[in-house]
Amino acid sequence: MELLIFYAFCVGAVVSALLMVTTKRPVHAAMSLVATMSFLAGLYALLNAHLIAVLQLIVYAGAIMVLFLFVIMLLNIEEKEGKLAKNAFFIQLAGTVVVGILMVAMVVLMNRLGPSVTSMEVDPSFGTTKAVGWMLFTKYLLPFEIASVLLLAAIVGAVILAKRRIDNSKA
Amino acid sequence: MVSLNAYLMLGAVLFTIGAVGVLAHRNALIIYMCIELMLNAVNLTIVAYSRFLNSLDGHVYVFMIMTVAAAEAAVGLAILIALFRNKPTVDVDEIHLSKG
Repeated sequence: MELLIFYAFCVGAVVSALLMVTTKRPVHAAMSLVATMSFLAGLYALLNAHLIAVLQLIVYAGAIMVLFLFVIMLLNIEEKEGKLAKNAFFIQLAGTVVVGILMVAMVVLMNRLGPSVTSMEVDPSFGTTKAVGWMLFTKYLLPFEIASVLLLAAIVGAVILAKRRIDNSKA
Repeated sequence: MVSLNAYLMLGAVLFTIGAVGVLAHRNALIIYMCIELMLNAVNLTIVAYSRFLNSLDGHVYVFMIMTVAAAEAAVGLAILIALFRNKPTVDVDEIHLSKG
């Protein structure tokens, strides 16, 4: 059952990621990316990372992608299709070859190394909000605070960059 | 039971798709989305390792990566809007302000 769910999410994530890189329209790419992120959230839930799964849906598939769609609408690239690089075909070919080599290498390695780690039982509290929050506010308190400062800096930077330049010549 | 290798393989495939997208596209918005996809692939790898090593530290790292990705998206898109005001295009071949 777990294997079935894994393969369903796996195929879904790869197919929507491929749809994202093959389309030329930013809106279609954004919608495919939302699908990929939702499938990945399912995989996180499968990995007992419940807090991360919910954050993935709220922060990534929700907030960040809304920001992307907002900018796409704001820039109003009216039905104009994005271009590909001049040698896009060769880049895609190279990517396919790299994935193929990677697959073969990993299959060979898996056979060489014998049976890999399969999921062992974890604590029922593994990955819950309480457990991750406990880590966040004890062991990783300083990085957590620095992250908040980083977000503040990003907000201020985004506002300053995106606001219209004040015309000084008129005053 | 799903093995660790399956998750690592999926992470590698998604990362490669993202990298190919960055190289092949000339639309700055789609390039940003491909970068997000690559960050997601790395997150999946970290969460898988965290599960199989039975350690919660990985979840905190993913939390931090999500924070940095959100900040990067906000600042990057603001830069794009500022650029678009000077030159109405999102084609990275035509935006070459730092070219010598």
